[in-house]
Amino acid sequence: MENEKTKTISEFTNYIVGGALLVLTLSTYLAALVDLGIGNLIVALLIAAAKASLIILYFMHARYSNRLIWVVIGAALLWFGILFTLTMSDYVARYPAM
Amino acid sequence: MPNIQFRDLAQQQETAEFGMWIFLATELLLFGGLFTSYTAFRYYFPQVFAEASHGLNAVIGTINTAILIVSSLFIALAVYAVKNGQRKKLLFTLSAAIVLGTAFMVLKGYEYYNHYLHHEFPGLSFDYSVANAHTKQIYFFLYFAMTGLHAIHLTIGIFLVAFILFRAYHREFSPSYYSPVENVGLYWHFVDIVWIFLYPLLYLIDIHH
Amino acid sequence: MKSEKTIENLSVPPYQPENYLNAEYGVKSWLLTTDHKRIGLLYMVSITLMFILGGFFAMLIRLELLTPQGDLVSADTYNKLFTMHGVIMIFFFLIPSIPAVLGNFLVPLMIGAKDLAFPKLNLLSWYIYLAGASFTLWALVSGGVDTGWTFYTPFSTTASNTEVIKTAIGIIIMGFSSILTGLNFIVTIHKLRCPGMAWFRLPLFIWAIYATSLIQVLATPVLTLALALVGIERAFGIGIFDPALGGDPILFQHLFWFYSHPAVYIMILPGMGVVTELICAFSRQRIVGYTGVAIATLAIAFFGFLVWGHHMFVAGEAVYAAMAFSFLSFAVAVPSAVKVFYWTATLYRGAISFDAPLLFAIGFIGLFTVGGLTGLFLAALGLDVHVHDTYFVVAHFHYIMVGGSMLAYFGGLHYWFPKITGKMYPEGWARLAALTIFGGFNLTFFPQFILGYLGMPRRYYSYPENFQALNVLSTAGASILAAGLLMPFIYFLWSWRYGKTAGANPWNAKGLEWTTNSPPPKENFLVTPVVTEEAYNYETDDEQLELFDEEDE
Repeated sequence: MENEKTKTISEFTNYIVGGALLVLTLSTYLAALVDLGIGNLIVALLIAAAKASLIILYFMHARYSNRLIWVVIGAALLWFGILFTLTMSDYVARYPAM
Repeated sequence: MPNIQFRDLAQQQETAEFGMWIFLATELLLFGGLFTSYTAFRYYFPQVFAEASHGLNAVIGTINTAILIVSSLFIALAVYAVKNGQRKKLLFTLSAAIVLGTAFMVLKGYEYYNHYLHHEFPGLSFDYSVANAHTKQIYFFLYFAMTGLHAIHLTIGIFLVAFILFRAYHREFSPSYYSPVENVGLYWHFVDIVWIFLYPLLYLIDIHH
Repeated sequence: MKSEKTIENLSVPPYQPENYLNAEYGVKSWLLTTDHKRIGLLYMVSITLMFILGGFFAMLIRLELLTPQGDLVSADTYNKLFTMHGVIMIFFFLIPSIPAVLGNFLVPLMIGAKDLAFPKLNLLSWYIYLAGASFTLWALVSGGVDTGWTFYTPFSTTASNTEVIKTAIGIIIMGFSSILTGLNFIVTIHKLRCPGMAWFRLPLFIWAIYATSLIQVLATPVLTLALALVGIERAFGIGIFDPALGGDPILFQHLFWFYSHPAVYIMILPGMGVVTELICAFSRQRIVGYTGVAIATLAIAFFGFLVWGHHMFVAGEAVYAAMAFSFLSFAVAVPSAVKVFYWTATLYRGAISFDAPLLFAIGFIGLFTVGGLTGLFLAALGLDVHVHDTYFVVAHFHYIMVGGSMLAYFGGLHYWFPKITGKMYPEGWARLAALTIFGGFNLTFFPQFILGYLGMPRRYYSYPENFQALNVLSTAGASILAAGLLMPFIYFLWSWRYGKTAGANPWNAKGLEWTTNSPPPKENFLVTPVVTEEAYNYETDDEQLELFDEEDE
């Protein structure tokens, strides 16, 4: 138990992460106001992924969790990846270059 | 005292947390089906999706994103508070998360009402006379399906946090037993993450026009 | 007549130590139990009822197909019959069969735990299962459903005028039960293994249940979503599947088969786990290639997720995607074949005793091999176009699902019956049942391969007259199969009451479940077991016994 307590994320870290998330939210909004073509989608998704990572690592304290939790996260993403990639491969092959 | 199948309380808490993460993995696949459908149709009809997304109010979307993020921060602080035995702070942060979650739902309801007024609500009131009406219908169907499923999850989350608040008020948690707080927290953060992806995919497609 | 007063005549029940069956009495002690063993039995009763119902529909289907004309039921009724047969057998019998009955009973026993990680959740899963089953039965009595168990759009969303929504809700509810059971098993296997029970000392049944649970947890939510979308599209006329609304019906098939193909592995993997246990126990050999079987189990679960597109070769899927899916489907055959080879290698030179459970297991290997190999025919792009939607497909998946999964379920029931009840079943009858089921099954479904190859389409209530001979054979086989299935029902019930008392380990088998009493006490083990050897360590024991015998002489 002692060991676990030292791993607790401090209040300060929580505030910093919360602040970073708000800044990222604002920047994704501002980035969307500029026309970047397909770049808009990429930037938006990258920022969203960054925000999600922050939440998972700190708010959900995965950073200090054991390996098992990482396996679950990895498996969930991998399986979602399978669903997404194989389904989309059909769509892309059916209607190329749309 | 731990339940009979566990060695000690620590093992029991660890097990519960592991179970929660697996549950969240199933949730990811549930939303994953919708995200995949969304991608397929956006790939089909990028233009119509861009036009249809003008029906959404990006400002409200952004405010709601901020609200959820702050609520997540409060939940994280609540877990910190219960681990350190700070009861008052725990009660406050949980209440704040409930208030923010409710605020999100109110804004979402306001948005839904406006879609209803503007005939962008497939099934209830939808204007099929506009150009590309059916594709627009698909965009709004996906919009309602995704945000609706998210709203259902958030509503469940609000009730769960309220239940945790009730138990915290009755002093059921302590620095050595707090796994319900932690697990409800994980769920809440997951719901937040879903919204973080919904927000750019639905609202920010084409606001530069 | 004066009866002699001997010990046998005094109807004093023999002393039985407290076990999970006699620890508490009364309806409440069952309906509110959190004991995984009792919940396993609750599942057993409920899936047996569903099995009888599904079997009844199957018999009606076979009776209708006895003659080329539609003279028993109308076309509409026939559509409902095969749909309800599929829905009930797949979602309410096969998917919960081995995991929820044998898995519930055995997982904690085999890993040396006192219960599952979340016992209340386990009970809740059973109630959710009941709710799902009730919903589906409600759909059944209020008119049935005729879409086929696959609910293909747009037929299910616009054309069909039957109870699609109610059935879909029933299946969605059942899905939650399946998810929660899987979640419970994964957590239990990770967290509650007893001291010394390392991953590579686990019985392979546990590996199989683990892989199955993985599929249940990761695939079922997508089915939930797909059916919910069908329900919404049907109820409100809005959605993304109906082409008339601008939607794409193939998207439904993607989402549906993302679950429903892996679902086949939910049915077959636990069966493979059971068969591994049976083969080791009755050939008194350590499994050949333990690691290989364990990894093949996980590989099947994983590859099972990459092949769903082979159900859509003729549905309008892209040719390139179809080629990829076809190739990946062949890949699944590799770990499956690995397992078959390891089983036969284990039997080779084993000290085999042909008890009923082993007969079921050997039947499984044969039928699974036939089912698996014909699966390769179907995975081949060119051939699939010819036999798609014919009886060839019907025969193929019945070989896997009935010949594989159901035979393993019955084999497992026989093998663990002494553990579950503390009684022995009648061996002679059981062997007869095993042979009858095997024979009846082959007579039912082998002709269907030929019918399909000759071009008889599935899901029609009538057919050209030249197909009649083979159909008559098939129906005759179905009657034999039904008779074979009836036998265990009767002698299990009989021997539960009148059977010979079984000791803790009547098979002299390995595994922690055999180290505790039969039936096990409420908390499974009086002392937490400690594992010091790998699984299936038969040889060492048997050698020691032989040495012992020699010393005697």
